[in-house]
Amino acid sequence: MSVLKISEVSKIFAGPTVAVDKFSLDVADGELVCLLGPSGSGKSTLLRMIGGFERPTSGLITIDGEDITHQPPEKRPTGMVFQSHALWTHMNVFKNLAFGLKLRRLPASEIKQRVEAVLELVGLAGYGGRGVNQLSGGQQQRVALARSLVLEPKILLLDEPFASLDQHLRERLREEVRDIQQRLKITTLFVTHGQDEALAMADRIVVMRDGRTEQVDRPDIIYREPQTPFVAGFIGTMNLVEGEVSNGHFKRAGFAVDMPIADGPAVLAVRPEALDLTAAEPGTARVHRVTDYGTHGLVDLDLRDGTRLKSMVAHPDLFKPGQGVDLRPQAVSAYRDNQRAYRS
Amino acid sequence: MERVSPVISAPAMAPNRPPIDWAGIIFTALLSAAIVLPLIVVGTWAFTEVWRYPNVVPQQFGLRFWNQTLTRADVWSALTISLQLSTVVTLLSAAICLPAAYAFARMDFPGRTVLFFSFLAGHAFPKFGLLIAIAAIFLQLNLIGTFWGVVLIQLVGTLLFMIWIPVAAFQSVDRRMEEAARDVGASPLRVFWSITLPQAGPTIAAAVLLSFVGTFYETEGAWLIGAPGIRTMPVLMISFINNQMVIQYGAVLSVMLWVPSFIALMFARRVIGGGAFARGFGG
Repeated sequence: MSVLKISEVSKIFAGPTVAVDKFSLDVADGELVCLLGPSGSGKSTLLRMIGGFERPTSGLITIDGEDITHQPPEKRPTGMVFQSHALWTHMNVFKNLAFGLKLRRLPASEIKQRVEAVLELVGLAGYGGRGVNQLSGGQQQRVALARSLVLEPKILLLDEPFASLDQHLRERLREEVRDIQQRLKITTLFVTHGQDEALAMADRIVVMRDGRTEQVDRPDIIYREPQTPFVAGFIGTMNLVEGEVSNGHFKRAGFAVDMPIADGPAVLAVRPEALDLTAAEPGTARVHRVTDYGTHGLVDLDLRDGTRLKSMVAHPDLFKPGQGVDLRPQAVSAYRDNQRAYRS
Repeated sequence: MERVSPVISAPAMAPNRPPIDWAGIIFTALLSAAIVLPLIVVGTWAFTEVWRYPNVVPQQFGLRFWNQTLTRADVWSALTISLQLSTVVTLLSAAICLPAAYAFARMDFPGRTVLFFSFLAGHAFPKFGLLIAIAAIFLQLNLIGTFWGVVLIQLVGTLLFMIWIPVAAFQSVDRRMEEAARDVGASPLRVFWSITLPQAGPTIAAAVLLSFVGTFYETEGAWLIGAPGIRTMPVLMISFINNQMVIQYGAVLSVMLWVPSFIALMFARRVIGGGAFARGFGG
C-alpha cells in the first residue's frame, strides 16, 4: 500500500530557469503513471526530485503520508531505473543486485535467495555470474530493473528506461515491465517522451509542458478528448487548423465546419482517421501525396491557402496527387484561449 | 553448386585476407628498432669484459663488472635509498593529490581552473632554474643533504601526474552509477569507496605507477638537494660514469635500474589491463 503525493512542487535552476512549476499529482497504490512530454518539459527533473537527486525549490513530496521532500536518496523508499542503465561495471550481475541488500545487512542466504528470485522474475535466471558488459542492451536494462526491484521499493521510478534500445526490443520490454509491475502491484512513475510507450503502459498519463501539467487522464481519454491544443498535437497525429468562427461556422480557406460557438478565432482539431474524403472538382482541397501503408493509406492534402492536412483512408488507390476532394470531418474539437471550446 | 561456387567464393574470400599494412609494419619496425636496439646494446655491455672496435660481437663475455658493482656498499645503500624515497614520495603524493584530484573533478570552488593549471607551471619552466631557487630556500631550512629534503623536491615532480590523471579518472566515472548506488541505500562515503574508487582505480593505479617510476629515475632534484648526504641510484650512476669512463659500470647500473620499472610494468599489466593509461591521458 504505497501512495505518492506531490504537492505544489517547483524547481528553479540558476539562471533562473523554471524546470518544474507548482506541480501536483497523486499516484494511487499500484498505479502506473506516465509523465509524458517533450524534452525540457521538466519530467525528468520531477522524477529526480522524487528520487532525491534534486532538491525541490518549494513544495512537498510524501510517500504514504511521510514527508520525504528533503531526505537524501539513500533514505527514501524509492527505486530508480536510469536511462543509461548505470550498472556497476566492476561488479557482476549478482553483485549489482546484492549491493543494496548487503547495505541492509541481510544474511548471505537471504541475499542469494532474493537475488535469484528477482533474476527469475526478469527472465535472467542463471545470469548472476555474468559481467554486465557481457550482456546485451536489453539484458542490461533488465538487470537495472532487477536491481531496483530486489529492494522492494514502495515507489518505482523509471527514467526513459528504453530510450537506448531499438524499437523491437523496446516494445517487448515495455510489455514485460508492465506485466511485472502489475504482478507486484508496485506504484510506478514512468518518464518517457514516447507517446506509444505511454499509451501502451500507463494507467494514467500526465502530459507535461514547460514544467506544468497540461492534462492528466486515462490514455484513451488523453487520445480522444485532449483538453488543450498542445495535448491534441502531441499525442498521435492531429490536424490543427487555425481559423475564424462566424455565425456558427468555422472557416479556413474555403473549408467550413459547423461550430455553434461565439464568433472569434479558434483552432480546429481533427484526427486523420476522422477526416473523410470524397472526390470532387474543384473541391475544397487538393491531394498532394498518397502513401499506402498496406493496412490503410494516408493522404496529404492542401487547402487553397496551402494549409497541409492529413486524412486516413481505407482505399488509398482511389486518390491521386493533384486530384480535388471535399472534406467531411466526422468528429472535431475546437480550442480557444488554450482551452477546449467545442467538441462534436 | 559446383558451377556456382567459384563465382561466389572469390568475393567471399576477400574479407578473410585483409591487405598487408606495409606502412604499419615499417612504422612498427622503426619504433621497435629505436626502443629495443639501445636496450640490447646496453644489456650486452653489462655482460661484456672486452669489446673493441671494429668487432660487432664482444670478444669476451663475463660477470667481472657485476662482481665489482655488487660488492660495493654504496651501490646497495643507493638502491635502498632510491626504493625508500620512491615509496615515501609516491605514498605522500597519493595522500595529498588524490583528495585534491577528487575536489578538482567534482567540486566547484573559486580559483579552481587557475589552481588546476598551476600544476602545469612546475613543468612549464626550465626545471633546473626552479630547482636552484628551491635549493636556496632549502639551504636556509637546513634541508639540503637530508632525506626529507629530497622527498619534498621529488614530490613537486609527481604533482602533475598525480593530479591530472586522477582528475580525468574521477571525471570519467558515470555520475548515474554513483546515483544508482545512493538510490539502493549507500551513503556518499560508501559510494566513493564501493563505486567511484573501483571505477577510477585502474587509471589511478597507472598514475601511481608513473609517479613511482618517475621518482625512482629522478636525478636533477635528488642530486642538487640530496648531495652529498643522499645518493640515489641515478645519482650514483652519474658519478660512476663521470669518475671513470668505464662503460660497463654504467651498463650494469642501467640493467639494475630496469628491474624496478620492469617489475612495476609487469604488475601494471596484470592489475590495470589495456586502455587504462590511454584513459588516464583522456584517450
